Amino acid sequence: MALRNFKVYRGNDESGEMVDYQCEVTEGMVVLDVIHRIQADSANDLAVRWNCKAGKCGSCSMEINGKPKLACMTRMNEYGPDENISIMPVKTFPVIRDLVPDMSWNYAQNKRIKPYAPNQSKKDAKGNYIMMQEDVDRVQEFRKCIECFLCQNVCHVLRDHDRKDVFVGPRFMIRLAGLDMHPLDTVDRIPEVKKEYGSGMCNITRCCTEVCPEHINITDNGIIPLKERVVDRYYDPIAMIGRKLFGS
Amino acid sequence: MIPLSELEVHEHDVLIVGAGGAGLSAAIESSAQGMKTGLICKSLLGKAHTVMAEGGVAAALGNVDSRDHWKIHFRDTMRGGKFLNVWRMAELHARNAPVRVRELEEWGAVFDRTKEGLTAQRNFGGHRYPRLAHTGDRTGLEMIRTLQDHGIHQGVDIFMECSALDVVKDKEGKVSGVVCMWRDTGKFALFKAKSVIFATGGGGKGWEVTSNSWEYTGDGYAMAYEAGAELMDLEFNQFHPTGMVWPPSVKGTLVTEGVRGEGGILLNSEGERFMFDYIPERFASETADTEEEAARWLEGDESARRPPELLTRDVVARAINDEVKAGRGSTHGGAYLDIANQRSAEDIKKKLPSMYHQFKVLAELDITTDPMEVGPTCHYFMGGIRVEADTTMSNVPGLFACGECAAGMHGANRLGGNSLSDLLVFGNLSGKGAADYVRGLSAQPEVSEEDVNAIIKNATDILNRESGENPYLLHEELQANMQSNVSIVRIKEDLEKGVEELEKIKVKYGNIKAPGASQFNPGWHESLALRNLLITTEAVARAALMREESRGGHSRVDFPGESDEWFKYNIVTKKGADGKMDVQRVERPEPDPELKRIAESVLEDLEKEVAEDQANGK
Repeated sequence: MALRNFKVYRGNDESGEMVDYQCEVTEGMVVLDVIHRIQADSANDLAVRWNCKAGKCGSCSMEINGKPKLACMTRMNEYGPDENISIMPVKTFPVIRDLVPDMSWNYAQNKRIKPYAPNQSKKDAKGNYIMMQEDVDRVQEFRKCIECFLCQNVCHVLRDHDRKDVFVGPRFMIRLAGLDMHPLDTVDRIPEVKKEYGSGMCNITRCCTEVCPEHINITDNGIIPLKERVVDRYYDPIAMIGRKLFGS
Repeated sequence: MIPLSELEVHEHDVLIVGAGGAGLSAAIESSAQGMKTGLICKSLLGKAHTVMAEGGVAAALGNVDSRDHWKIHFRDTMRGGKFLNVWRMAELHARNAPVRVRELEEWGAVFDRTKEGLTAQRNFGGHRYPRLAHTGDRTGLEMIRTLQDHGIHQGVDIFMECSALDVVKDKEGKVSGVVCMWRDTGKFALFKAKSVIFATGGGGKGWEVTSNSWEYTGDGYAMAYEAGAELMDLEFNQFHPTGMVWPPSVKGTLVTEGVRGEGGILLNSEGERFMFDYIPERFASETADTEEEAARWLEGDESARRPPELLTRDVVARAINDEVKAGRGSTHGGAYLDIANQRSAEDIKKKLPSMYHQFKVLAELDITTDPMEVGPTCHYFMGGIRVEADTTMSNVPGLFACGECAAGMHGANRLGGNSLSDLLVFGNLSGKGAADYVRGLSAQPEVSEEDVNAIIKNATDILNRESGENPYLLHEELQANMQSNVSIVRIKEDLEKGVEELEKIKVKYGNIKAPGASQFNPGWHESLALRNLLITTEAVARAALMREESRGGHSRVDFPGESDEWFKYNIVTKKGADGKMDVQRVERPEPDPELKRIAESVLEDLEKEVAEDQANGK
């Protein structure tokens, strides 16, 4: 049990400040518990998003001492006993209020992706689709994504260069990779991956992979294979000559 | 008074409140029926409670054990529910679950596979055969993401972070819309609708130790109650036997039943596998009575009976509770759940990855080497809004309910895995039911300006008050009351005290104050939700006081055992003409004789019958 110091961002997208709070920290507490305690005792209107409190829903993404994290899975004992802790909203998206960012851009990107359409001939007589486990292991890795959007938050293209107009970000690259690698899907999305979703924008710094709370190997297992698909399709030298000669 | 012309107004044929699995299923079906469909939810899309479901979705696909059949699933469900289920709902559920699960695969769900490439199925408490389609221990995530990614392309208007405040009706009593509040701006909006489907989940936030998130404040129950709908079976609350107990900050967080499905065993502080001492008579002939037989079952021996750890949740939760009370609890007041000595570390990480991660991070415990500590946590409401089985409509014309917020499907106790199938089956049926109802209407029922303004004023009063009760601390008071007086094991004196305390909290609620502005103000949201939670918990406490027997999720120390007399009744709660809560026992209708025969069959006879059915292609 110890009284600890916290600085929490209070404000909106235009203006705000870091406000000092104190909170009793007891064994096992996570940063989200601290925020809830502050909220209940001294700042009833402190805005924060959360749901499951067990790392399963991806609602409580924020930046704790400068590191993008899920507040519900960040134990207080990760920090030194006298360390002051600062809590900021994620940087890449506009702040609605306090720790709550406007995530609507992400939902708009998801809607741009053409939905799954399975090969109907791969059904047995009872209407069951047949897929082998080894063929869906990789797809399942991507489907572990809890949409915390921490990867979107740290992606240089989105965070530093603010190029949300040309790149859908790592979250949706792995969604696309998951569809592309799905053994039964019939839709070709490679042209959009290149031209609309901006696979070429990623320069493989792996920041997204590092920050993923689900430990999805976003870059190596998802983005790089997608880039390879694009290269195979568009930069194969023989195909390129073919396109020059006959147009595409 | 705000004239309606100055209010933001939306119009839909069918408006769904709640975007978990039930709400999304309802929206998809309603849109497929050609209805202009709207969907509002308190959180962002994909964050609803369904995302937290772990173990699997129950459906008699027969992929792992071909002897499975809807009749066996139906029988398991009725027995699990202590026969208090609405018979027709349990039938609809068991019959329709397989087609709904296959439909999810059509929409992109990727469940774990069998060696033959079919959807794999795992064992769970109370299910005769391996029946739960699953994706590791994150089945709910797989389902909600599938429904979300499919649903956004079905022409449904989706409104995120929008709270429903109350239902409005026309002069004849037909539903005509919902008044809502945008959480980010605090502005109000009127959603006119010809029909409204509640898919609002349960009310576990009434207790201190719960697996539920902030959203679970009984909104649907309370709004339906205020609109004149009947609530039923609210005394049946499921305490999941395995919530985390340590550290304090995560007390209540769910530990999937999948741990036991994969072979996990429960031990007390003396190292005894105590569940062998708690096998109820009804299940004795189908449960292993030695560790040796339980071990053979785990290895796949079809002649062996199931381990007692896989008895229904009410039985296991009470057993843990009793062990702790008898002084044989674990270090932090629970039981030990051991998977480390039952399965290899590699298997555990593959089959239960999120449990591994959850304990590693939150409890600094490696479940591949050490036992977990677990105890009961408030998890699910079997009761809810009373609906007609086939249409899912309540007694209020145009008001529908599906998923956890509807009553009847699970009776006195829900089997694990039956909630995910419930929300698919009844979400779908409510989409159909609402569409049929709307087709029978000639026009959009009228909305009264006065009613809308009354709802808005109730909400803004909380902000405008000079000073008053702190909503968070009042919520904590409510939780403490329910936890000590209306908990897993109940007794008349406690229940009476619980009701008394609730009356006092209600008075304090009349003076609740949320400081700050209206933009994204959680204190205000908490205050609004607290009204709903108060109605919900009062209905629970009063029904629990009335039912003088122990059945499923309702255990009375002063009335142990099931009573034949009480078996004839449901407890139905509604708002009385005097504004007070009216709690009545209502006689249950006679079951369909064929369903009764199936549910009461001896297992071996029913298995023979099913084999014949299957041979005849039925």
